[in-house]
Amino acid sequence: MSAVSETLSPLSGGWFLDNAWLAPVIPTVGFFLIIMFGKKLPKKGSEIGVISLVGSLVLASGASWQWIHRVNSASEEQFVTPVVRTWTWWQAGGAEFTIGQHIDGLTVVVLFVVAFISTLVQIYSLEYLRGDRRYTHFFAALTLFSAGMLAMVVAEDMILFLLGWEIMGLCSFMLIGHWWEDGANSRAALKAFFTVRTGDVGLLVGIAILFFAANEWTTTNLGLSGFSIRGVSAWALSGNPNSTVILFAAVALFVACIGKSGQFPLHTWLPDAMAGPTPVSSLLHSSTMVVAGVFLVARLYPVFFTGLDILGPSSNVIMVIAAITIVIAAALAFVQTDIKRVLAYSTVSQLGYMMLGLGSGAWLPAVFHIFTHAFFKACLFLCAGSISHSASHHSFDMKKDMGGLRKHMPVTFASWIVSTLALCGVFPFSGFFSKDEIIDNVGGNGYAFFMIVGLFGAFLTAAYMTRATYLTFFGSPRGAAAGEHDEHDAHGTHDAHGTHDAHGTHDKNDVHPHEDHAHAGPHESGLLITVPIAILAVLAIGSGLFNATPFGESWEYLKKWAEPRAAVVGEDHAGGPGESLIFAMPSEEEGHSTSPCGTETPETGVCYAPALNHAEFKWSKALLSLAIVFAGIAMSWLLSAALYGKRDPRLVGLTQRNRFARAGYRLLANKYYLDDLYEQGVVSNVAGPISRAAYWFNQNVLDGILHGVVSAARWIAFVVYRDIDQRIVDGTVNASADITKSAGATVQPIQSGRVGLYGALFFATAAVAALVFVILNT
Amino acid sequence: MQMIRDNNWVLSAGTFLPVLGVLILLATPKANEAAVKMVALLTSIATVVVGAFTLYGFDFDKAGSMQFVAETSWIPVIKSTYFIGVDGISLPLYLLSMVVTLLVVIYSLDHIPSPGNPKAFFVLMLILQTGMAGTFIAQDLILFFVFFELVLLPMYFMIGVWGGEQRQYASLKFFLYTMFGSALMLVAFLAMFFKTGAESFAIPYLVENGAGIAKNVQVWIFAGMFVGFAVKVPMFPFHTWLPDAHTQAPTQGSVILAAILLKLGTYGFVRIAIPMLPDAAMEWAPWIGGLAVVGIIYGALGCLAQTDMKRLIAFSSVAHMGFVMLGISTLTSFGVNAAVFGMVAHGLITGMLFFVAGSVKERYHTLEINKLGGMLTQMPRLGWILGLCSMASLGLPGLAGFWGEFPAILSAYNPADGLNVTVYRTYMVIAALGTVLAAAYLLWLYQRTAFGTPKGHDHHDLHDVNTYEWVAWLPLLVAIVVFGIAPNLLFSVIDPAVQGALRAFGG
Amino acid sequence: MLTSQFLLLGAILFCIGVYGVVARKNAVLVLMSIELILNSVNINLLTFALRNGSPDGHTFALYIIAVAAAEVGVGLAMVLLIYRNRRSIGLDELSEMRG
Repeated sequence: MSAVSETLSPLSGGWFLDNAWLAPVIPTVGFFLIIMFGKKLPKKGSEIGVISLVGSLVLASGASWQWIHRVNSASEEQFVTPVVRTWTWWQAGGAEFTIGQHIDGLTVVVLFVVAFISTLVQIYSLEYLRGDRRYTHFFAALTLFSAGMLAMVVAEDMILFLLGWEIMGLCSFMLIGHWWEDGANSRAALKAFFTVRTGDVGLLVGIAILFFAANEWTTTNLGLSGFSIRGVSAWALSGNPNSTVILFAAVALFVACIGKSGQFPLHTWLPDAMAGPTPVSSLLHSSTMVVAGVFLVARLYPVFFTGLDILGPSSNVIMVIAAITIVIAAALAFVQTDIKRVLAYSTVSQLGYMMLGLGSGAWLPAVFHIFTHAFFKACLFLCAGSISHSASHHSFDMKKDMGGLRKHMPVTFASWIVSTLALCGVFPFSGFFSKDEIIDNVGGNGYAFFMIVGLFGAFLTAAYMTRATYLTFFGSPRGAAAGEHDEHDAHGTHDAHGTHDAHGTHDKNDVHPHEDHAHAGPHESGLLITVPIAILAVLAIGSGLFNATPFGESWEYLKKWAEPRAAVVGEDHAGGPGESLIFAMPSEEEGHSTSPCGTETPETGVCYAPALNHAEFKWSKALLSLAIVFAGIAMSWLLSAALYGKRDPRLVGLTQRNRFARAGYRLLANKYYLDDLYEQGVVSNVAGPISRAAYWFNQNVLDGILHGVVSAARWIAFVVYRDIDQRIVDGTVNASADITKSAGATVQPIQSGRVGLYGALFFATAAVAALVFVILNT
Repeated sequence: MQMIRDNNWVLSAGTFLPVLGVLILLATPKANEAAVKMVALLTSIATVVVGAFTLYGFDFDKAGSMQFVAETSWIPVIKSTYFIGVDGISLPLYLLSMVVTLLVVIYSLDHIPSPGNPKAFFVLMLILQTGMAGTFIAQDLILFFVFFELVLLPMYFMIGVWGGEQRQYASLKFFLYTMFGSALMLVAFLAMFFKTGAESFAIPYLVENGAGIAKNVQVWIFAGMFVGFAVKVPMFPFHTWLPDAHTQAPTQGSVILAAILLKLGTYGFVRIAIPMLPDAAMEWAPWIGGLAVVGIIYGALGCLAQTDMKRLIAFSSVAHMGFVMLGISTLTSFGVNAAVFGMVAHGLITGMLFFVAGSVKERYHTLEINKLGGMLTQMPRLGWILGLCSMASLGLPGLAGFWGEFPAILSAYNPADGLNVTVYRTYMVIAALGTVLAAAYLLWLYQRTAFGTPKGHDHHDLHDVNTYEWVAWLPLLVAIVVFGIAPNLLFSVIDPAVQGALRAFGG
Repeated sequence: MLTSQFLLLGAILFCIGVYGVVARKNAVLVLMSIELILNSVNINLLTFALRNGSPDGHTFALYIIAVAAAEVGVGLAMVLLIYRNRRSIGLDELSEMRG
């Protein structure tokens, strides 16, 4: 009995916690049911999808509730043991692969978010995709997609984690390429899968390194395999691992996160992934898929913590990548005309914030940002879908087909504004709490430069979202939003499927019952669309209160519930299986090594989470960041209004944008100089060249490298195939055959078929043989 | 090693039932095609029933020991005996050969390739089945060799008679290549026999006594076996017969070739070469591993350069068998387990891909990838099946392919004691890159054949998957999913036997 | 004993036989030449048997006679068949089996 365990109190459990593993199982079963019976059901299988996700949501809510009770039943500094259940999946060659659940604070948070948003997105899709020719398949893939993410979230070990991770990859392929008749869509799907898969090499290698490096330690000390997340976490913090090995493991795993979470330089697949239906984009970019990479870092945080020396004196690879991502993606959002692409780049940028937080030791703020971001980003995407569904005639082009929509779509507009303010980080919307916490803590942990990058990113975020808002909802209606319909005009955006060909398979296709509504001009969407949006909008306001640091410590719920405590777990831990071992922690000096778990560590015991600092909230800092945000909004608003609202005809033809000028803008000639200032002074010099350069870099250099690699690979493949395989390797084989053949041809004339000749040869040979014999015997 | 001799008639019955079927077929008039098909079908069903009985009677708690052992004298002059038995390594492959033959027969009921003559076709197929099953149960080197060679001839005729345009070239290449390998293999077997005192050809005996051979001699004997087995696998650079044979063979031939024949080589490594000559295996392992990863990358590059769907699938076999060989080359039970699983998985998946390719060819009359497209609109079921198989083939977790690939990569991190760890870790990273390339060529194939709009043809006669195809394919598809979800079904059988086979390496 | 004379006789017969086999085109004559060769061998065998006082040579000779009889039987039957099919027993015309 160590001293630690005396203060422990028993932890409460519950049915939901014990059976949270059902959360991914239910949608998986749902998937098979939809595939097998979906087409015969009255709602074409969509009801199964919705019901199964509601089931998961109930489980997730129950588990969250019971987890909160579990935390409350623990004493102040006690490590709240995760609820773990494992089953042996298979074993071979001494390695045992288990499958199981690992429910702790992080799991519960993400589980709830995923189940919640998946459910809303499914409900939304009921209306959005009505009449689609692959309606059933869509719901099947969407359900399996959620199942993959849920499986990854509850995973106890890296194998199940990988399983969920890859299933998501597969489903993203199916969903992004949903309208695969169009070559661009299937290419986007391919690009997404392939880019992510490239990152997955890192995951495979990382898992292999971790397994073999940690397996011996974990089996001896904890009775767990080297795949177990708990085992690996404890191992990483034990002071035992070789620093090079764990560095390699962390970097390899981070490569996977770069691919999955769209971090620089592998973010190029994300905007292309907008080719999928909007609900898919919404799910993909809010709570699943791209969050998976962030979740991996958060889940295996001890590995990254030790491996990359987080909280160390120098900056680490996560922070650098994250900082680059934040700025580059935000800058790219300025030159987009496609509303979904603005949101896509915004997601990339926000993922950068999460990574920045994780990389600089702000674990809890990053997880909190996952939580809040999921709601407002899902809401924004669903709003974009709602606009294209009911107002812009299936277009996503803000400049051609939107504008002035606030009057026609009050619910969508209100939700959009709320979510935008949340994204920009305006008090008291949710984004303010989470983003400011990240920036605060980055600064608090001593990384001043990265804090400035974060603030600059907040400025950019505010500016581009204001621009998008202005273009969409303010100003005068244009194109489809003004009631114009040019059936043969390709809308010029990536996924709008502007050409209404006979296949009828594009976005909200021709057989859509609301087609006639679209002809009636912009209007608000139906309840199945607006209700999910409204719910998300409410959460976009309220979800920040879950960890509202400005209101004092009693409001820091998430910190209490979700953050694993860096306490040392000793012997006979109350509650929870698998916690009954004593072992000596390797120490540098006589039981007083400084360990990540705390300043001094006792000789026995293990900890599962590093001790992290929390920056103290100060209104002065918050006001500074709010000022920056408001500056961004105000500046962007003024410039947008000037540029898009009051355009001067003399600029027509000078820039690309002026091609869209309408005759009505001529009345606004007196605002010419403001336009000039905007175009020449700000946009051309800052937003224009810089962000275009970034976009050019994105499209030409990064994509060019990708294409170059592919072409080079194909060229090499061709050369290898033609010259080495066909000529050399195959040639050798053919040559040996030829030699045999020519030898045969040489001897062939002897086989004349004439018996006499045979006889002569026979006797001649016999005579020669006799001669030889005689010579040899004399 | 413990031998269990209960029910020792079962294996002989299962192996030679097809021969009985051949005799009945020979007596059946050629013109009566319905009767010919019925006899072939019933024979293969009977074989599978015997196989099911084998499975039922197999003692899974003793999967590591030989079961159903039968041993009688055969050619006493050279001390060769008729000695057969199965353990956990043989059993899955033995049953796979039976099941695949049955499925191929079912498929053939409706798809006799030109120029017809079902009687001869089925006769060859049943002889092939005897050869394949016999190879997996033989416990005597001479017996093994006889069965191993028995497989060649029917396959030669199958390609040469029912094949594509360049069938003569392909069949000859296949035959000569494998014969060349077998010749060296036979020499190695004889050397093995004489170096262990010319006592017996029985595999268990040779495994026990092989380790006593001097190391430099072992290395040469291993070289002979290596060439024989590596040609069959096929490993880079002995693989060039494979794309030709696969491309030219009729669908049924391709399926059997991919599903079973390639496994004869890897099985030979696991059962014969490595346990008998442990010292030589240690010497050779890094080279085998090296060739394996070269094969992985090389096969994938080959795939990317292809314009023919069937040839692409054939090249992908080179890459996949590279993963199997990488697992074997680690000489750890973990790696060999992965390899044996990989063999079964590859058999199921690639066999299925060839089935699909055959049906595509039958419908579109071409396999040029550029001329295909929009399969999902014209034949959604076939398109989805192709999608599932592609996903399984690129190693998606939850499907069978993953459990052959991922543990093989994993095992390369930690090869057996005495092997160079750095070299193997390099192999691991290269192999992991191979999975990316696999994703590239399979998805590329899928995107161009299944997605998009149909190209130019007037295909009013296109029909989706028909009943015969469903019956022949469903078992494979189900197995791909089931083994993907519950890999322990297979691993629990393989593992004890693999542990036994690798005793020489200390576990 | 006249060993050398017997051997000489055997050699002469053998040479005549070889000449017949190689040079004649008539199948029947070739068969007869083969008989000559066989009998020359017999003479050799008997010579040495008598000289060494061993019964082995006699036994062999008897054996050869038996085999020769069978050979002639089969050979003639084949010649007959060839004649029936082709109306000729010229050996030069039978060269269809050449490689």
